[in-house]
Amino acid sequence: MSLINNINKVFDHRIRLGIMSILMVNEYADFNMLKELLDVTDGNLASHVKALETAEYIEVEKQFIGRKPNTRYSTTKLGRAEFNKHIEALEKLINNK
Amino acid sequence: MESKDYLKDISEIKDLMNKSSRFISLSGLSGILAGVYALIGAAVAYWLVSNSGREYLILDGTIFRLVMLDLFLIAFFSAVTGIFLTTKKAKKHGAKIWDATSKRLVINFLIPLVVGGIYILIILNQQKYGQTGALMLIFYGLALINASKYSIGDIRYLGFIQLILGLICAVLPGYGFWLWVLGFGVMHIVYGTWMHYKYDKK
Repeated sequence: MSLINNINKVFDHRIRLGIMSILMVNEYADFNMLKELLDVTDGNLASHVKALETAEYIEVEKQFIGRKPNTRYSTTKLGRAEFNKHIEALEKLINNK
Repeated sequence: MESKDYLKDISEIKDLMNKSSRFISLSGLSGILAGVYALIGAAVAYWLVSNSGREYLILDGTIFRLVMLDLFLIAFFSAVTGIFLTTKKAKKHGAKIWDATSKRLVINFLIPLVVGGIYILIILNQQKYGQTGALMLIFYGLALINASKYSIGDIRYLGFIQLILGLICAVLPGYGFWLWVLGFGVMHIVYGTWMHYKYDKK
């Protein structure tokens, strides 16, 4: 069924879905902002960020604020399109029940 | 996964989108108090001008300066009350008062407001006083509409009301004082009360 096909495996995890949700409505977010909003550990967040990065759904930009390294994340065009598809599929699944 | 999980996913997505992009700890009570300050300030200005021996306001030193001071005090006390009550509310909710969302809100609120304020001061210097009330209402309305994207969306409607009052005021500058009282005084109280019951009383 096409509905199920649109459910994206990459998003099939609460934290990844959370990261995408935050990045969809913000131009960018840094690691600490994601960590605070999602209430997860560094390692946990890093692994999920990596998964989204590997899928090329998010972009990573490393820079320095003063002397502190700062990592900013933002969505890619592909990531936004896939996220929207995923949400649509979720909504259809809910409405069909 | 069952549909219950999907529903939970959707609501979590919405919650995160709101929490990460909007600062929602604004206090309704501070709106009510800002309205009260505006009414008191307006009464003081009215008393000052009507006791000056003239029916209208002109730039004749003391009276004008007192009215300006009066306006400044209204803005000052409104801001202090707003910051104080909003900090209190944010603490209660465990939200941070000065984070990315509140910074964005303040910056976007201040852009139209500061530009408008400077513009008003410039034209007052050029001896054009007739449109002051209208300009204050219009720029304040624009500031609210601009800020609404980063806070409780309902602020937008208050912004539209201020804009409409401002435009009416531009056409009827003779009623400037009363439209100002309506916009900054009465509307703040009505609006703050509505917000208080909608968001704070939970």
